[in-house]
Amino acid sequence: MIDAPAIRTQELAKRYGSITALAGLTMTIPRGDIFGFLGPNGAGKTTAVKLLLGLTPPTAGHAEVLGAAIGDRDALRRVGYLPELFRYQSWLSAREVLALHCELAGLDRAAWQREIEDALAIVGLADRGSGRVGTFSKGMQQRLGLGVALLGAPDLVVLDEPTSALDPVGRHDVREIIRGLGERGTTVFLNSHLLSEVEQVCHRVAIVDRGRVVAEGTLDELLGGDTVRIRVTDLDRAAKTGLSRFGQLDDEGEWLVIRGIDTERVPELVADIVRLGGRVHAVEPRHESLEDRFLRLLGQPN
Amino acid sequence: MLALTITRLQLQELLRRRLFLVLLLLTVVVIALTTWGFSRIPSLGEGQARPISDVQRAAVASQLLILVMFMFSFVLAFSAVFAAAPAISAEVESGTTLAMLARPITRLEYVVGKWLGLVATVLIYAIPAASIQMVLVQIVVGYSPPHPLEFLAFVIGEAIVVLTLSLLLSTRFAGMVGGVSGLILWGLAWMGGIVGGVGLVFDNATLTHVGTASKLILPTDGLWRGAVWSLEPATLIAAARAAGVAAAANPFFAADPPEALYVVWCVLWILFVLAIAVWSFTRKEL
Ligand SMILES: Nc1ncnc2c1ncn2[C@@H]1O[C@H](COP(=O)(O)OP(=O)(O)OP(=O)(O)O)[C@@H](O)[C@H]1O
Ligand SMILES: [Mg+2]
Repeated sequence: MIDAPAIRTQELAKRYGSITALAGLTMTIPRGDIFGFLGPNGAGKTTAVKLLLGLTPPTAGHAEVLGAAIGDRDALRRVGYLPELFRYQSWLSAREVLALHCELAGLDRAAWQREIEDALAIVGLADRGSGRVGTFSKGMQQRLGLGVALLGAPDLVVLDEPTSALDPVGRHDVREIIRGLGERGTTVFLNSHLLSEVEQVCHRVAIVDRGRVVAEGTLDELLGGDTVRIRVTDLDRAAKTGLSRFGQLDDEGEWLVIRGIDTERVPELVADIVRLGGRVHAVEPRHESLEDRFLRLLGQPN
Repeated sequence: MLALTITRLQLQELLRRRLFLVLLLLTVVVIALTTWGFSRIPSLGEGQARPISDVQRAAVASQLLILVMFMFSFVLAFSAVFAAAPAISAEVESGTTLAMLARPITRLEYVVGKWLGLVATVLIYAIPAASIQMVLVQIVVGYSPPHPLEFLAFVIGEAIVVLTLSLLLSTRFAGMVGGVSGLILWGLAWMGGIVGGVGLVFDNATLTHVGTASKLILPTDGLWRGAVWSLEPATLIAAARAAGVAAAANPFFAADPPEALYVVWCVLWILFVLAIAVWSFTRKEL
């Protein structure tokens, strides 16, 4: 069991009537990974999480969480979850919500006090612990939700858009918390469309679109190569085509974009252009961001 | 048992939302008013040639008590419906259940925990309120109903029946829908009881069957008749018996207690509807 991957799914699918929310998800997330699950609105990210936690039954397929079938009680004891759209009991205080979840998670009663205070401190609510949840701002509720997900040092933490309501400081804090989890060996499953955030913390990502994974891998694999933009004049079409041996070529009129080029070869490229009679006005090397890749994958112009 | 955690939470919610406080205040007002009304009974007929007899006094007191207790049972059923109707649906709508049910708690424990919390609420409110009312009537008019414990069991049973039905509706429908349907069904069953009584009076098999069916489908009125019977003095029942079946249609009269088999049916009914609620919620997509 301890060697089993944190999450393994096989052709996991979910349909709501005629809408296919998830079209067959097959993936394996090893222990200790910080895994980013990316996709546009309605891609099926939240659906995937709900299936993994047994909140909604799959239409087809199979999945294991921490080596056990979906919904297994022992496995759920070691999972922390921050839902995307949620409210806790508005008439409870933050401490009472945390205590309730300690109880539901089956934590040892003697440890509650420390767990609760630690969680409050980590998410920056230490001074609002006695406040009623109903009086909390949206971001404070989300911080509390994150605290709830961290209770009892779970082996797997599932975060569905954990920073959607947070200010920049909060976002930074969450990144630090996620890194901390990673250092402790906790597996993190992070749903997000904040690409820069995912880029900063995740080891591996999968990009989903319309219920399907369209790309998966480590960031290096996914962002394979750099891009260089060159402003060139006096170069004919045939000559331009010849440059495609350096990478994927995009002719934008005055600007020539070469994707996936090894940066070491940029001088060679410029020399070639000059030799072919082109006049080089500017060279702008650029590291491809996750956002570029994301938009490219989803077929939108950059 | 995580079900008891949910039970505790449910009670805590009703307490913090001040349902108990409001019920307590209103009940104190009602009990004070009705007790004052009862205290006027002994002076009825004063200044006339004949003061009222003990039998008459018991008859008047029991009739009044039945009316007051009908209102009480109505308030109890009403409160139970409105506490149960949003009990699950509101938590599903707000997403509270997402976080809770991702914990190692089963849907069975969640639904049963909610149900126990609501039943406990009914007990906590009904037992003291009804007991105090009966004791005060005993003090001011000297009338004590012949079967006070049975009375409590019947009105509480009636409330648990509607509460369980509303909880079932709450697994699928918004609180408003469950609340309104719960009350309409309760009213229909009350009418069904009257229809059945009319059938008895006029010896009409169809109407009698309608009455019986409604007593079985939603056993609130059947239990209410048991509550009425528990409050009536033996003299009143004897007099009504002598008058024949004419009183059967009167929703504030019952010549006989419900049969033991009917009580068993009611218990099974509650368990069955609770089981459907669990099944329904287990299949609910969150
Ligand atoms: N309960 C439901 N009933 C019907 N359709 C649903 C339900 N839940 C989700 N869907 C549909 O499934 C698809 C995927 O939704 P999902 O919530 O998983 O998207 P998401 O990737 O989390 O999007 P977002 O980034 O906006 O949170 C959408 O088309 C959505 O309309
Ligand atoms: Mg989502």
